[in-house]
Amino acid sequence: MRLLTHNFLASNVKGVSTGYPLALEVAKTSIKEVELNVDFLRGILPKIDWRALFAATSAAGFPELLAAEQPPEAELFAEGAAAVEGSAIRRLHHALLEIHVEEGTLVCPDSGRSFPILKGVPNMLLHEDEVRH
Amino acid sequence: MWYLCVFYHRLLDYRRPEVQSLAELFGGPGAGDAVEWRMPENHHEDSPFHLVRLPGDERLAAQIANRSLLVKGIFELWGQGATYDELEKAIREYPDERKLPYLTPESSFKIVVDSFGKVISFEEQNEIIKGFTYIPFEGRVNLKKPEHKFFVLETDDYGSQNGLPPVVQKTVFFGREVGAADRHLLPMYQLKSRKYIGPTAMDCEMAFLMANQGLTRPGKLVYDPFVGTGSILVAAAHFGAMTMGADIDIRVVRDGRGPDCNIWSNFEQYKLPEPLCVLRADNNLPPWRPGLKEIFDAIICDPPYGVRAGGRKSGGRKLLKGIIPPYTVPDEKRENHIPSTAPYSLAECVHDLLHLAARMLVVGGRLVFFYPMLREDDVAGVAKFPEHPCFKLVSSCEQILSLRYSRVLLTMVKVGPYTEEVERMGEERHQEFRENHQKWMEEGNLHTAVFSPAEHDKKPESDRGSKPKYRGKFAS
Repeated sequence: MRLLTHNFLASNVKGVSTGYPLALEVAKTSIKEVELNVDFLRGILPKIDWRALFAATSAAGFPELLAAEQPPEAELFAEGAAAVEGSAIRRLHHALLEIHVEEGTLVCPDSGRSFPILKGVPNMLLHEDEVRH
Repeated sequence: MWYLCVFYHRLLDYRRPEVQSLAELFGGPGAGDAVEWRMPENHHEDSPFHLVRLPGDERLAAQIANRSLLVKGIFELWGQGATYDELEKAIREYPDERKLPYLTPESSFKIVVDSFGKVISFEEQNEIIKGFTYIPFEGRVNLKKPEHKFFVLETDDYGSQNGLPPVVQKTVFFGREVGAADRHLLPMYQLKSRKYIGPTAMDCEMAFLMANQGLTRPGKLVYDPFVGTGSILVAAAHFGAMTMGADIDIRVVRDGRGPDCNIWSNFEQYKLPEPLCVLRADNNLPPWRPGLKEIFDAIICDPPYGVRAGGRKSGGRKLLKGIIPPYTVPDEKRENHIPSTAPYSLAECVHDLLHLAARMLVVGGRLVFFYPMLREDDVAGVAKFPEHPCFKLVSSCEQILSLRYSRVLLTMVKVGPYTEEVERMGEERHQEFRENHQKWMEEGNLHTAVFSPAEHDKKPESDRGSKPKYRGKFAS
């Protein structure tokens, strides 16, 4: 599971109103290279909850990777920044798309329900008594 | 500019929509609608020869043809006629300034003779090619890698043996090739050499067509909520899109058939970037954060409609029907508890899909999915497809699967933003649905209709009598 996914996921257990952000507990991560696409990042950035992403990178073992506050777009999408090692956009790309949580747990902040991640696949399915009708 | 567009004689309904989608993809918004079609004289709609007017320059036409699966070639038409004499007259009349740039001494060329509905022997082909001495070719012949390819395309005054309604007149076309489909993709991606497939894995040609309908390209995010073994996302990833998938069956998405035979290995096999995520989740209760919307550029899927495989949703069959009272899973059993699921009717599934797409697609994003149809219902020619205030139908392409049912590839575009109003309407309709859907379309209905034994005493199609029938429909 990439941290991009973590940023979008919430717990939808019965009785929980937000269920977001899910606390990330990481047992094993891997790095999978993905080609950087500036247009993709530009499109997806407004949908990203930066604080949840920042918390997730720390939980995944990369506390220094991102700034605690979202850098201004002018800095992120500065001409040629994508080619510069260690630039803000490269680090954002790495955080969103290349860190892959292989094993761990997602914990609902409201109910404490934990969703296991095994072989990179988060299991978000609810038990019968947690389903809203 | 008008071109001659020659299609492969297959998946007839899918051919024009594919070209239009690709025009939109490469030509920008509105280019798909700007495409115009005409049929050559005396040709039925299902003939492989179409005349198409494409916006933009020849480069766009080449891009469309090269990316497509069903375009055998897009040609600049230099002439056509019922006989070779008529053809010669037409080519001579075609303006020199259009012809001469492709006939220069420094260029290389070849002439290909092709036909539809007949076989032309090698000797005959040579004779035909020799007949074109009236065109002042000055370039060198190069059979392997010519700069310019010219095609002679012949259709005969065939009967109805080739599956088309009879055409009375023979036509010969002569044109310069602008672009053609690369069908080498198909043997490369064919399912029989793929490591991990399931019983309902999408045929690779169809998956590529779906990806084209979804305007898949690099930098776009494509989601498949019924991902299974990932066969649709493989096609999307081939065209450079980022992919995400979800499925309710954890054995498929997580375990596959072992460490080297699972959804991830399918991407590795073709050296494609693997999906950004594969989730185990229920389309009926999607686990997206509240307020999150408009993140996917396309949702492409083949929902389980209960003929080959039925859909499932969370929450116990008996529980949902009220046969057993609500219960709580005891704490000590929660960890390894396998939640029971209930059948997921087609109506509810499609309803959820439209609602999800309305929320999660960007405006202008496309929803591409298969919808089953009983062919008996299609008699009046009025097909009923699901609708949603956020979506406009772009195309519907039928693929006949049996005498009784077919599936229709629906392509919809999101035309309006997802607002609170839409959300409220969606919720209301959803409630109505939950109350009524069982009356509407009982689980397994489609399955019964498709597989129930035939009624032999019923007079077969008595009212449709003697009209000529073709592809199970009536030729006009």
